[in-house]
Formats: sequence, structure tokens, C-alpha cells
Amino acid sequence: MNVSYFPGCTLKTKAKELDVYARRCAEVLGVTLEEIENWQCCGGVFSTAKDEIASKLSSVRALTEARDKNQPLVTVCSACHNVIKQTNHAMANDADFALRANTYTGEPYNGETEVLHYLELLRDVVGWDKVKAAVKNPLTGKKIGAYYGCLLLRPGKVMAMDDVENPTILEDFIRAIGAEPVVYAMRNECCGGYVTLEDKALAKKKSSAVLENAAAMGAEMVVTACPLCMYNLKKNGGCDLPVVYLTALLAEALGLTDATHGCKEENNG
Amino acid sequence: MAEHKNYKEQILRISGVNPLKCMRCGKCSGTCPSYDEMEYHPHQFVYMVETGDIEPLMESKSLYKCLTCFACVDRCPRNVEPAKLVEAVRLMVIRQQGQNHMKPDDIPAQVDEDTPQQLLMSALRKYSK
Repeated sequence: MNVSYFPGCTLKTKAKELDVYARRCAEVLGVTLEEIENWQCCGGVFSTAKDEIASKLSSVRALTEARDKNQPLVTVCSACHNVIKQTNHAMANDADFALRANTYTGEPYNGETEVLHYLELLRDVVGWDKVKAAVKNPLTGKKIGAYYGCLLLRPGKVMAMDDVENPTILEDFIRAIGAEPVVYAMRNECCGGYVTLEDKALAKKKSSAVLENAAAMGAEMVVTACPLCMYNLKKNGGCDLPVVYLTALLAEALGLTDATHGCKEENNG
Repeated sequence: MAEHKNYKEQILRISGVNPLKCMRCGKCSGTCPSYDEMEYHPHQFVYMVETGDIEPLMESKSLYKCLTCFACVDRCPRNVEPAKLVEAVRLMVIRQQGQNHMKPDDIPAQVDEDTPQQLLMSALRKYSK
């Protein structure tokens, strides 16, 4: 099947692994990611202000294109997913916002598109059984800590991906590729986010708390879907626990590349 | 005083938050990852907006410590959504002429070879208009 795909700015630059492996793995699993034409940056963060309209229009345009193609809209980056899903929720549930946004774009849209994170594509469209069946190189015995961070899960009533305080989707993914999930308390706490740009000390405190907790619980590596989490954990985590993108792990398990090795090298570089 | 009242009305309108729902349990501040860095904590934002004591919030660096992680939004037992108040107060400040907290010229000094574009976009969106 074909789905619409919003890669986002970072997947075209600093996080190419997320983009390239997402596409290649999806093809192996029978899904083609059709990139939205002329997509624009999502803005990285969703403004909760009800009168903030223009900054959400790139999401509205992408959502409208997916609706017109009658396809779900898939994202891999946690930030893009958060912004687009929250915008979609506002288009469906906030009539004033939808009216104003539609006046800009000139094309009526009211939140009809289904927004899926890549993990939801694997769980709900492909199915874990099919993922398991496609695994050629199971990561047997590898102890992996799932790092959800904030953006995949919250706000829970909008993102609706999983139980917001006790999620399992990343652990199910880790099991599907033959590895062993390590559950730790800090897996859905913030890495320090964008505040790292002007307050490194805060980012160091937050990121190191995540990695130290994962390591203490026995994780040999941590998996994330977010380029900013990746940056903070690697730069500010104060620990040499490898951090890998979920698509890189999937690619390794599907026999497409030795992704974890590549990421480790990159971590040390 | 009239001006203060106007601030409160604008903040309530922009945020869509009703601070009267707060039962002062403090869970928002208890779960806030930026608690230690904040002069005014999430529960104080809620109370100070409710009482119209808004200028100290507008002058505080606390506005730029909120990570927008939505922990306080999800963990509030009364669905008050304190982060939306922080966002609204910050917008009241940076939407004023010349009040951007971060300018594009400030960025190059903070960037290293691995800085993801997502980080620059997010910071600019939060800190400037």
C-alpha cells in the first residue's frame, strides 16, 4: 500500500538515517512512503496558543494533500508527528482555528486525515507479526531501552498512540526485532528539548538522568525516534551508552545494513 | 489595574485555560523537568494568572525554561493544562515590538556540527516572533 509521508527538515540533513531506513524498511514490509510534494518545515514545536494560525499552516497543507490522496499521513520524527497530529486535532475540534486556517489555504479541511507515526504504521498497518516474519537478523539477546521522551506520547488525549504513562509500543517493537526491552522509569521524561540551545546545564541534567537510569536497569543501548532527543542524549547525556534511531535498528534486523554498528561509530565520532 | 485585567483576559483567551479549575495540588510543579531552573513554577503561573498578578511572570526568565514537554498537561488531575498558560504569557511578551528572547544572530554561537535543524526551529518558534 501507499501512504503519504512527511519527512521534515532534520530527516533531510542531520538525521538522514531516519529517513533512508524508514523508506527502505517500509518497502520490505510492503508499504511505499510517498513524500508530500513541496512540504514545508513543521516548525518543530506546536504552539498551544489558540490564536497562533500561520505557524501551523504547513501542517494543514500536508494534511490536506494526504486527504486529497485518500492516504494516511506518516511521519518518523517525533516533533513533526507531534506538531502535525496536534494541528490535525485542532482542525477537527476547534472550529474557530479551522475557519481561520482554511481562510488562509483556501481549501476546506477539517481534520479528516489519519496521522500515523512510523511506529503506529508498524503496529497498526503492517502488524508486529509481519515485522517479526520479515526479520532476517534478529537482535537476539540485545538489551535495549526504549526512549519515548515527550513528543511521541503527550498530550496523551491528542496523540493517543499508547498509554501515556505506561507505553508499550517501543517495547513491542524491540521484541518484534528479536531483542529484549529494558523498562526504566525515565523513558517518558524530557531530554531537555530546545532549551539546550541556551541552557546546556539543564540539558545535561535531564539527558544524563535518562541515560544513567537506562544503564542502571541494564540497557546496552537506547532507541529513539527524535533527532533532538538523539542530539541531547549524545551531546549532553554524559555517558557512552549508544543511542540509535529506531529505523536504523529495524534496518539491521531486516538485514538491510549493520545499522547499530554504524551508529556506534557515529556516536564515538 | 485596568491594564492588568486586560493581560489576564488576553492570556485566558490565548490559552483557553480556566485557572479556577485548579485545586492547588502542586502536581504540575512536582513533575516539571525545569522546576529547579524556574523562579515561578507551573502551579504559581496558574495562581498568579488567576489573581491577575501577571507582570512578575512577564518579567521572569521562567518563561524561557518551559520545555513544552506537556508533563504538567497530562499529569494534572483537573485538566488545567498549566503549560498553555506559560505559552500564553510568553507570547504576551515576545509579541511586543523588540521583545524577542532570541534573534537569528544569536544562533551561530550556539551551534555545533551536530545541531539538528529541529533544535533551531523549535527554539526560534518558542523564543521569537
